[in-house]
Amino acid sequence: MTEIDPTSENQLAASSAPDAPQPAATTPASRSNRFLPRLLRSKAATISAVIFLVVLVAAVAAPWISPTDPFAIKLIQRLKPPGYMNGAGTTFWLGTDALGRDVLSRIIYGARVSLTVGLSAVVISGTIGLLVGLLSGYFGGLIDDIFMRICDVQLSFPTILLALTIMAVLGSGLDKLILVLGLTGWVQYGRIVRSQVLSLKNDEFVLAARATGERQWRIIFQHILPNIWSPVIVIASFTVASNIVAEASLSFLGVGVPPSVPSWGTMLADGRQYIGVADWLTIPAGLAISLTVLSINILGDWLRDYLDPRLKNLL
Amino acid sequence: MSDNVLVRVEDLKVHFPIRAGLLNRTVGAVKAVDGVSFDIMKGETLGLVGESGCGKSTTGRAILRLYEPTSGQVVFRGVDLASQGVEGVRRTRRHMQMIFQDPYASLNPQMRVGEIIARPLRTHGLVKTAREERELVADIMQKVGLNVGFRDRFPHEFSGGQRQRIGIARALATSPDFIVCDEPISALDVSIQAQIVNLLEQLREELGLTYLFIAHDLSMVRYLSTRVGVMYLGKMMELSSSDELYDNPLHPYTKALLSAIPIPDPPLERRRQRTLLSGDPPSPANPPAGCRFSSRCPIAAEHCRSVEPEFREARTGHWVACHFA
Amino acid sequence: MRYIVRRLLQSLIVVFGVSVVAFGMLFMTGDPAEIILGDATDRMTVAQIEEFRVKMGFDRPWYVQYASFVGNALQGDFGYSFIRHQPAYEVITDKLPATIQLASFAFVLSLVISIPLGVLSAIRPHKPLDHIATVLALVGQSIPSFWLGILLILFFGVYLKWLPISGSGTWQHLVMPGITLAAFPIARNMRLTRSSMLDFMQRDFVRTARAKGISETRVVYAHVLRNSLLPIVTSIGLELGFLLGGSVITETIFGWPGVGREIVSAIGSKDFYVVQAGVIMLALIFAAVNLLIDLTYSLIDPRIRYGS
Repeated sequence: MTEIDPTSENQLAASSAPDAPQPAATTPASRSNRFLPRLLRSKAATISAVIFLVVLVAAVAAPWISPTDPFAIKLIQRLKPPGYMNGAGTTFWLGTDALGRDVLSRIIYGARVSLTVGLSAVVISGTIGLLVGLLSGYFGGLIDDIFMRICDVQLSFPTILLALTIMAVLGSGLDKLILVLGLTGWVQYGRIVRSQVLSLKNDEFVLAARATGERQWRIIFQHILPNIWSPVIVIASFTVASNIVAEASLSFLGVGVPPSVPSWGTMLADGRQYIGVADWLTIPAGLAISLTVLSINILGDWLRDYLDPRLKNLL
Repeated sequence: MSDNVLVRVEDLKVHFPIRAGLLNRTVGAVKAVDGVSFDIMKGETLGLVGESGCGKSTTGRAILRLYEPTSGQVVFRGVDLASQGVEGVRRTRRHMQMIFQDPYASLNPQMRVGEIIARPLRTHGLVKTAREERELVADIMQKVGLNVGFRDRFPHEFSGGQRQRIGIARALATSPDFIVCDEPISALDVSIQAQIVNLLEQLREELGLTYLFIAHDLSMVRYLSTRVGVMYLGKMMELSSSDELYDNPLHPYTKALLSAIPIPDPPLERRRQRTLLSGDPPSPANPPAGCRFSSRCPIAAEHCRSVEPEFREARTGHWVACHFA
Repeated sequence: MRYIVRRLLQSLIVVFGVSVVAFGMLFMTGDPAEIILGDATDRMTVAQIEEFRVKMGFDRPWYVQYASFVGNALQGDFGYSFIRHQPAYEVITDKLPATIQLASFAFVLSLVISIPLGVLSAIRPHKPLDHIATVLALVGQSIPSFWLGILLILFFGVYLKWLPISGSGTWQHLVMPGITLAAFPIARNMRLTRSSMLDFMQRDFVRTARAKGISETRVVYAHVLRNSLLPIVTSIGLELGFLLGGSVITETIFGWPGVGREIVSAIGSKDFYVVQAGVIMLALIFAAVNLLIDLTYSLIDPRIRYGS
């Protein structure tokens, strides 16, 4: 019979010899994997971050940096061409609209509207989606069945149609809009969260937590949740972008924010009739939306790669 | 029940339903564990071996109630676990812990090591102050050979062997009486395996632990175990003291397993008589009639294919399920 | 078989859900009678309003109203549009062909442009063509369709005067709306094709084919493309939803006489029956086409037939 002696001297027999921890992953020592350096390494991401910061600052500091009151109607100055063109200096730098309101101020305040809607709606749909996804994925059973049916049914039905109908009846309004967008968007969160939970549920560290006697709730929120932040954050960023587009679209159609509120979508709708005559009414607003959304999308892509490259297939 | 028996397993069965069809009806079952009975004595190390899929891991987990048994009894420290209810079992977990096979998957990657070890203490309310906790964690870390200064690091910063130590530390945190070791060294490099095995043995002596050591490597099991059980396709084939099993195997399956262990002496190895098994292992959803092993057994007879052999005591303390033993 | 039943049920639920929302529309802000009458209520006495309410059946319990709503809808009766002086159903069905025309054009356009671009990008990754295509795709997915529409109008309609900026009738009228509607699907499908193909190109079975000496072109087309088309086909099915939703905006911008524009103007003129009819019809079409696509897909891909 063989004798395999695990205590032979030529083995590293001293069981209390602590070996040094190995360096994490394979990042070369010279390159930092921390957030800022990594961000700066990507030109596209850096530019996008700058653009987004500008928009953010505009949104937050609107009352202080906007030259005039965006609501102030002064018919005597209607449809003035942009100031920078005819050397009129900085007054009405982007011109005025059909009601004499300063376009630049409206653009700046528009940032406030877009970001407010974008972020708030994401908070709503994210929270609901996260909770439902967690419960559905971890417990399975009836909750899961129901949720899966809801997912199936939602299919790819253009929720904008639904949002359109609902807003049409409810009338325009910022809070209603946020609510509608939030309530129509949570399913996709739930779906991704659920699939992440399903794959984690059977990981051994979850089983280990059960084995040590931890209660279910603690397992869900203290073990599983911290491990699924990444995809949730990435989707959140993409959803902010799509919410901004949705708000602009609905406002463009007249059912988003109230007509007097400066929204980039409303500005586009208002300016449409003057295409070819007063292009300064449409171009700044359109550019604002496109640049904001583009930068958020690029940042979202970068964030996804930074947080967990494996998400590339999923998202 | 005698005082010496820590865990008694009686006719344990764990069947996993196979669902199919529109309404998810149960169309069959994977009989992972199909009627296993044994005792584990206080202070001993019971080794449980078998090939992949024989049900040994499932048995271990069913004992700890990580899987719900389909039928059968598990009595731990004199109490039938089935009678305890969910909360009761949860509290009992303090005394029965598990060490997992995969040192990479069994630790929460987002949690610091100190936290991982401290959690069981908190779960069962074993520490009252943060200071107490720190001291206790440091104490445990030292016992398993981890540098206490690393308590704030994350699992991925450690090597496989160290992570397994963390897993052991976590299992020890609540001072359990009984630990199920589910192939704790299978995923480690050979040189590290020896370290861990020695550590386990040392801890057992020091702390008066009882182990159920699940593995597929017979030679490793031999070193650690007092007694060894051999499983095949959900049933126990042979169970006896360690030396007795290796010196006098009674079951053809055991003999085959033992003969597959290479002897590090080429001429001797070449001259050895091997017991070769034929065929593929049958599916646990559809085990053969009669003796489970009959389809691959080199000495199977007609009788074997129709009548299932009883698991009986062929010699003192040496149990076997074979018509020929 | 069971798959078909399941899918059918799903479609029914979608339509059901939409119908509930459309039906519920009238009740969301209180009194349906007042909503329908709109401004006319200023000139009416309470008794007259009440008379109207009874006449229209708004005093019945909601489930009875819903039942009759569905019953009527199945017969094609969606109410009457006081503004257009036509049954709501007719208003919508008049405009349906235009929407279908636009959507089909955009659909074909997206396939014709995105797949070849995606394939070419995948064949020569990181070369100039790929970079340009990727950037265009990124922009296409980010730019809101109405902005693209406006830009196109500005550029091709106003400055260059090559294409008409609104209305329908000739193929020139179709170009800009079609491009606008197709932009997002093109972008998305191109990226999808590219990544799907890249994924397959490095799989072992492709390497084997190359090792056997098969010409690169054949490898790409016969082996890689055929396999990578499968996920693309799935996503194309999802595109339908986008086309329907996007048509609302595109039609509005370009004055394209389709269902989308009709719904929007009905909202503006508070012609709720038309809105109801429009949304439900679109939902029906959406469900029906999706069902067809899924069924065809299940015939092609045996995994679905025998699987979950």
